[in-house]
Order: sequence, then C-alpha cells, then structure tokens
Amino acid sequence: MDVLSNLALGFSVAFSLQNLAYCLGGVAIGTLIGVLPGISPLVAIGMLFPLTFTLPPIPSLIMLAGIYYGAQYGGSTTSILVNLPGETASAVTCIDGYQMARQGRAGPALAVAALASFFAGCVGTLLIALVGPPLGEWALAFGPWEYCALMLMGLVGSAVLAQGDAVKGLAMVALGLLLGIAGTDVNSGTVRYAFGVLELMDGIGFTVIAVGLFAVAEIVMNLESREPRQVFTDRVPRLMPSGEDLKQASWPTVRGTAVGALFGILPGTGPALSSFAAWMLEKKLARDPSRFGKGAIEGVAAPEAANNAAAQTGFIPTLTLGIPGSAVMALMVGAMIMQGLTPGPGVITEKPELFWGIVASMWIGNLMLLVLNLPLVGLWVRLLRVPYRWLFPSIVMFCALGNYSVNNNAVDVYLCAAIGVLGYVLAKLECEPAPLLLGYVLGPLLEEHLRRAMLLARGDPTTFFTRPISLAFMLGTALLLAAMIAPALRRSR
Amino acid sequence: MRTNPNLRHSKDFLAGLLFLAIGAAAMVVARNYPFGTAMRMGSGYFPTVLGGILVLFGAFLMARGARSSARAPMTWGWKPLACIVASMLIFGFLLPRFGLVPALVALFFTAAAGGREFRFKEVLALTAVMTVFAVVVFLYVLKLPFQIFPGVYFL
Repeated sequence: MDVLSNLALGFSVAFSLQNLAYCLGGVAIGTLIGVLPGISPLVAIGMLFPLTFTLPPIPSLIMLAGIYYGAQYGGSTTSILVNLPGETASAVTCIDGYQMARQGRAGPALAVAALASFFAGCVGTLLIALVGPPLGEWALAFGPWEYCALMLMGLVGSAVLAQGDAVKGLAMVALGLLLGIAGTDVNSGTVRYAFGVLELMDGIGFTVIAVGLFAVAEIVMNLESREPRQVFTDRVPRLMPSGEDLKQASWPTVRGTAVGALFGILPGTGPALSSFAAWMLEKKLARDPSRFGKGAIEGVAAPEAANNAAAQTGFIPTLTLGIPGSAVMALMVGAMIMQGLTPGPGVITEKPELFWGIVASMWIGNLMLLVLNLPLVGLWVRLLRVPYRWLFPSIVMFCALGNYSVNNNAVDVYLCAAIGVLGYVLAKLECEPAPLLLGYVLGPLLEEHLRRAMLLARGDPTTFFTRPISLAFMLGTALLLAAMIAPALRRSR
Repeated sequence: MRTNPNLRHSKDFLAGLLFLAIGAAAMVVARNYPFGTAMRMGSGYFPTVLGGILVLFGAFLMARGARSSARAPMTWGWKPLACIVASMLIFGFLLPRFGLVPALVALFFTAAAGGREFRFKEVLALTAVMTVFAVVVFLYVLKLPFQIFPGVYFL
C-alpha cells in the first residue's frame, strides 16, 4: 500500500530526535500561546518565525505547524475554565464549556475537549495523507490558467467567507496583492514601488507584513481596550469523564470532525467558523436544544473536534497546491518560500520526506498535546495570572528583534512599525487583515501565472473559460461573488 | 441622496477614502513602468489593474458610507500606538550603533509607557529578565552578529 510506505517514511523522519524535540517545542509554545489571552496563534507564528530561519526546512515547518495546532488545544482550556477564549476558534467552547465548569464538571469538559481534539486531529492527519497525494497529482496537470483561476477563487473566498465586510475584504486582497509585488519584477527587472530605498528592491519582507499587520496592531488594540476581567479557578479539577459523558460526546465528536474537515479545506473559513457551525449543527440535531448554553457536553465536544479538524485539513490546499486558505496558512507558505521551497504540487513528489515528515509529525504532535494538556492543566491555568503589562513589551521585543535579524538591518524594523500603523488604522476601520496577507503571499505568483497564461493564449482571456478545470474555478468564484451580492439585493428590496 | 455631514465618523467612508488614495497613488506611480499589452504584460500592467480595483472598491465604500446613517465616533489609541511605534524606531536606531542591551532597555521603557499603568520597578525587572533572555537566545543560541554594549561582542 502506497500510503503506508509513505507514512512509514514520514514517521522515520518525524521520529528523529531533532524533529521530535522541535515538534514538542512547537506544541508546548502553541499551548502556552493558546492559554495566554491577547496573543493569537498568528502573532505567535509571526514573531517566532524569524527564529526558525536558522533551522533546516523540515524541523522549522514541524515547529511552526506545532505552534498552530497547539494553540487550538490551549485555547479550549481557558474557554472552559475562565470563560476567556485564548483565540477566536475556541470562543464557541465558552458557551457550554464554562457552564460545565460552573456546575463543577470542569474536569470532564477539559477531558472531552482534549479527547475530541485528539480524535479530530488524527482524522485530519489521515485525511491529509489520503487526499494530499491524489490532489497533488491532479494539480500537476494544471496550466497557468488553472492556477490563476484557483488563486482567484481562493482570494475571493477569503474575502467573502471570512468574518467582516466582503467589499472591504476584496479591497484588502487588492491591497495585499499590491504590497506583494513591490520590489524587483523578476520578469523584466523593473524595480517597482521601492522609492529609491535600496532595501525595498527585494520587496517588502514577509515578517515585516505579518508582524506589523497582526502583532503591532493587535497590541495597540489590546492596550486601548479595558484589561480583560481576570477570573481564576485554582482547583485542578477531577479529570475523568463518566461512561455516560463519553457516550454522549462520541457522535458529536464525529460530526464535528466532519464539519471541521470540510470547512478547513474551504478558503477563508478556517477553525473559527467551523467550530461555530458544528455547535449550531449539534443544537439543531439535539432532542432537547434548550440544554445547549447550559453545559451540554455535546456543545464542547463538537466545536473542539471541528476547530482541530479544520486546523489540520487547512494544510491540504497549502501543502498540495501551494494555495493557502487562511492567514495562518499564508504564514506557512511564506515560511516555505523563505526556506527556499516552492509550495505547490511538486512538494509531494520532489520532497516526499518533507511532506510526509510534516504529516507524521502532526499526528505525533497531537499525541504530545494530549499528554501535555490533561495532566498539566493546572500549570497552564496558573499562567493566566501573567498580566498583559508584562506580556506586551516582551512581544514588542520579539517583533523588533525578529525583524532586525532577518536581514540584519534596521530598515525592516522601521517598515514593520509603519505597517503596524497601517494595520492599526485598517483594524479600527473594521477591515480584516487576513485577506491582505493572503493577497500579499499570492501576489507575485498570481502575476507570474497571469502573464504566462495571457502570453500562451496570445492575449485571449476567453481561454480561462474554455478549459474545463479553469472554468470550474471561475464558476466557483462567480458563485462566491453571487453569495456576497445576494443578501445585499434582498435587503434593498 | 442625503449626505450626512459627519463623514469622519463613518468607518465605511474613511476606509473607502484610504483605499481610493492608495489605489490612485499606486496607479500614478505605475505610470513610470512599461504597461505592455494584454498578451505581453509589462511591469506596469498588473499594478495599474490592482490600483484601479482599489479605486473602484474605495469609491464604492465611500458612497456606501455617505448614504448609510451608521455613525460611531471613533476613539483612537494614539498613546499606545505612538509608544509601540516609537519603541521599535528607537530600537532600530540604537541596535547597530550602541548594541543590544541599550537598545532593549530603551525598547522596554518606551513600549511599557504605552500601557495602562507604568510601574517603574516592574518594568526594570522585566527589562532585566528579558534582556538576559534575549542575549542568551539571540547571541549564544542563534549566534546573531550583534554587539552587546558599544564595542563589546562577547561576554
């Protein structure tokens, strides 16, 4: 069996002592980030990302992936115990999880959340292993038309399906594409938007955009809002759920996993939306919907399974097609590019040890998280006491030092501060930053493929609609735009 | 169309204005780059199209903001923004000239001034702990070529 031998290769890579250590480091940092309110996984990856440059590609990507799904686990802990979601994907878990904790059932809630996450993580990893290679093989036949159309669909999807206003999202995509193509144009050698600054000739750095847009803007937003109310449960609760609990939680876990896996592949949706969808589904299916919001165990299991499954399956388009569906995945693609890899269908065939090593490490990482989260929950809860006034100067330090260290140049730090101001203003105007980051990552790629497509078609844009796969992506894009316009039309009537 | 005079309180209008301005600027600058044809796109083609899209979306948002009556006085966190940005600028200026430790001390004190409360002893302790951490991680583990103090590269 092909998948088995591939997985064997993956595990042999992932089980090397070095990779195990980075995987553990990643999930531990991720859990820490997930627990600490006010630091989102995006900020964490953005600010720690320069530290991984010195590593070879495999351990660096294993570690970054670990931070991401580790944060999904950690976020649920604070949702349940103190009603503070560590990050948006676990906000729904607060509804029933915190109620369970108030009824003295924090232990079973935590255990069910961790077990559901673990189950979903395993299924997600398996899905990547099963779906990734055929998808990658299929994509090898893509011409520039298909890539353009696919990227267009991904970008429009990220703007339309994400939270926030769709028109603003589309404008953010365009702005991101513009920022992405600044610097020397590889085709003609023309230097664009450098304004005579030598350091800008290579374009605006990836960490500059990611850190400025997310970390700097987020810190300022946190500082101007009021200090989050701090509620503490110090008692480390009894963990074991009863047999009845497990029975009640099992089907919701499976359904949540399915919902999450589906949403994870779609662009723009990601863990946050999937966990909410899973919770709504359970409430609809329940014999007694009024139990939801009052500590229903299904309301913990389903969203936790969903956000973890989505976190995993988000890697499918990222690793096989090179097209990220969310801001975190855009960061992963950026990390791959910085490591000298070309994200795309070639990765599986040319670098099987990388693809399968990462897939296997995700399963190992999920196992580590189970061990890390359940017995050590008391330790993580204690970390909630760290006040934000200690955290934010330290985050600024990582941002500044990280940006400086990429090129050993202060210009990146200045630029990052400037992008931070832009990010803050945009955030205040309710423009979501995620579509901008996707546009930034895909900008050079989209231009390159668009040029090739138009050259090969002798300037005839109808080629996009006569090739079947390209047409399908174009129709998908049209459908997304229609979904955006439809509610506006209904409202105006 | 009835326009509301307080457009500076409309998030849609302001966002649209920002997008329109950036898009227009991008189009003007892109005039310096060869445009080419649809078949052979020059380096000015894609930026001009993107700038045009931004202008269109910006104009749409401005119109929507002007027509709707949604107004919310905006509160801006100028003080935290100024402190965080200043701390990064000062850090970038000091690091190559005076080394990591002076740059970090300046960064921590400037950034912390943007917080809701500033407790001198706490900031001092935080600075000390994180500076030691940064020296160990960035200089000894990651081996980055920073000076620690002016003229001091190793401790």
